[in-house]
Amino acid sequence: MKWRSILNALMGSLVAMIVTGKASAQMLINGAGATFPYPIYSKWFDEYAKVDPSVRFNYQSIGSGGGQKQILAQTVDFGASDGPMSDENLAKAPGKILHLPTVAGADVLTYNLPASPKLKFDGATIVDIFMGKITKWNDPKIQVQNPGEKLPNMDIVVAHRSDGSGTTYIWVDYLSSVSREWETKVGRGTSVQWPVGLGGKGNEGVAGQVKQLPGTVGYVELAYAKQNKLPYADVKNAAGKYIAPSIESITEALAAAKIPDDFRFSMVSPPGEKAYPIAGATWLLVYEQQKDAGKGKKLVEFLNWAITQGEGMTSALDYAPLPETVQKRVFERIKTIKY
Amino acid sequence: MTESSLSVGSHALSAKALAERRLGDRAFKWLTLLMALSVFVLIVLIGIELWLGSHLAIQKFGARFLTSSEWDPVKERFGALPFIFGTLVSSGVALFIAVPLSIASAVFLTELAPPWLRQPLIIFIELLAALPSVILGLWGIFVMVPWLREYLFPCLKSALGFLPLFQGPIYGVSVLAGGIIIAIMIVPIITSVSREILRSVPGLQREAAYALGATRWEVTRIAVLSYARKGLFGAVILGLGRALGETMAVTMVIGNRPEIAASLFAPGYTLASVVANEFTEATTDIYLHSLFEIGLVLLGVTIGVNALAQVLLKTFAGPIVTR
Repeated sequence: MKWRSILNALMGSLVAMIVTGKASAQMLINGAGATFPYPIYSKWFDEYAKVDPSVRFNYQSIGSGGGQKQILAQTVDFGASDGPMSDENLAKAPGKILHLPTVAGADVLTYNLPASPKLKFDGATIVDIFMGKITKWNDPKIQVQNPGEKLPNMDIVVAHRSDGSGTTYIWVDYLSSVSREWETKVGRGTSVQWPVGLGGKGNEGVAGQVKQLPGTVGYVELAYAKQNKLPYADVKNAAGKYIAPSIESITEALAAAKIPDDFRFSMVSPPGEKAYPIAGATWLLVYEQQKDAGKGKKLVEFLNWAITQGEGMTSALDYAPLPETVQKRVFERIKTIKY
Repeated sequence: MTESSLSVGSHALSAKALAERRLGDRAFKWLTLLMALSVFVLIVLIGIELWLGSHLAIQKFGARFLTSSEWDPVKERFGALPFIFGTLVSSGVALFIAVPLSIASAVFLTELAPPWLRQPLIIFIELLAALPSVILGLWGIFVMVPWLREYLFPCLKSALGFLPLFQGPIYGVSVLAGGIIIAIMIVPIITSVSREILRSVPGLQREAAYALGATRWEVTRIAVLSYARKGLFGAVILGLGRALGETMAVTMVIGNRPEIAASLFAPGYTLASVVANEFTEATTDIYLHSLFEIGLVLLGVTIGVNALAQVLLKTFAGPIVTR
């Protein structure tokens, strides 16, 4: 009996879907790409369905690499990426692709030490740890920045992401910005050849390794660290101040970052006094010339909504919104989309 | 075949019915042949597809791809050696643990277990096979690895530390942890297949051995195990096939470091894991093609290992098998 009633309900809703689908001819806009902004994007699509019920969004979070490939192949209406596209990839595009930044996030240095002290690091120290040059917790370079803490004589074990990820990109982008040696030996990328350390899959893989092995340091997204109550360090910024990662200090970093006209920017180590230095933006990728006029119009309406109303919903999900100055610039750029 | 030979009593088959039957036979034969060939064709097609997807990397790196230990996506220098090594070693460790365990369980289930215990045990073993690998991986990170690091690995190190296999720092995540998790995943399949094979050993074999005055252990060893040797070998090969391609759970506990180390306590990396880890974010052509080539290498390793196993089987198990 129970099964039959469930089945009936399912059939009923299926019929309703088909009928209403036909009646309203709901438009479907497809997107694919980055996993990092997936929670906020799905929130936006959900909320936007109330604003404009005639359009529905389908977003596949297949990774930034996939997002770039799909928008190049024109199999989706918009792409999403945690890193800007390279000149090499942009040259392959059949039309001009616009980068529209939406939100920003930060990476934090998390660690496992007895009594979980609140630690401070500068960029050079972090580079030395990830290069394998500092191998003990009571190394003078760490101790001098944390005069109040008694650091143990314990081996440092480094944990990093093993899967290609925008989180890794932000991390090594930062390390490259503070160390010439890192930039030339390791460089920037969503996966790199790590000098030392263990690879964990996903934020949960890195956090799992850090949590279980005393003496381990790793990097995870701020949102993940907050939601899982991991300890994380303050980091010295370009102005010489130790800054705790937070929504506000990321937005400060965005405001201080140099953002070129094509919006392909890196926001690590910006000059601002209150800016947290290890942060990065995420982008939507759309063609300047839309192929389908109907879809193009709806997409532009959505983008306008996202960059204004949508930005107000980001903090609740631990993403940093764009500062007003940047919002205005993106808003102007959306106007140039033709359909 | 003449018509008279097919006649049953007074009722002979007509020529038409005979022709139809022959057609049916022939159609069935071709159909089964087609099915059998389709498996072969599928493997060839996969091989071709992987070849096409990796031709840039094959052109650029050539044989160096197989001998280089460097994996640097930033500078776009790729080599598969540490991954091949990690795959073979972790699968080897898994077989080392899983084969005795599975065959012993299969022997217990078919030869020794009382009926009230048999069925529940079988159900549990099959449940193990139904566990999704990502669940097993999470269990691996949060339960198994800490346990290994706190208890098993220090014991191994103090007992067998004179071997290079058990030296060096202990992180928990390691090739050995990867091997253990693969072992857990392949035990059910080897056990189930072995059990079916042991069950198919004719009762007469056992009775004959008992009649000669053999003890229970001797019966199992002489009459059952050596009779079923070839089939058991097949079961192990099935398990090995799964071990080589196992991805999610392994990547969560193996440490994901493309390095060749003598110690089983050191982190490693496997072919399947690196594809799963890096495929989604690979943006440049040569990077993507290198990952495809890793897939091609995995296919090659799997086929190579299976072929080697067949040769071993022919050389060592051949003459004894009576079937």
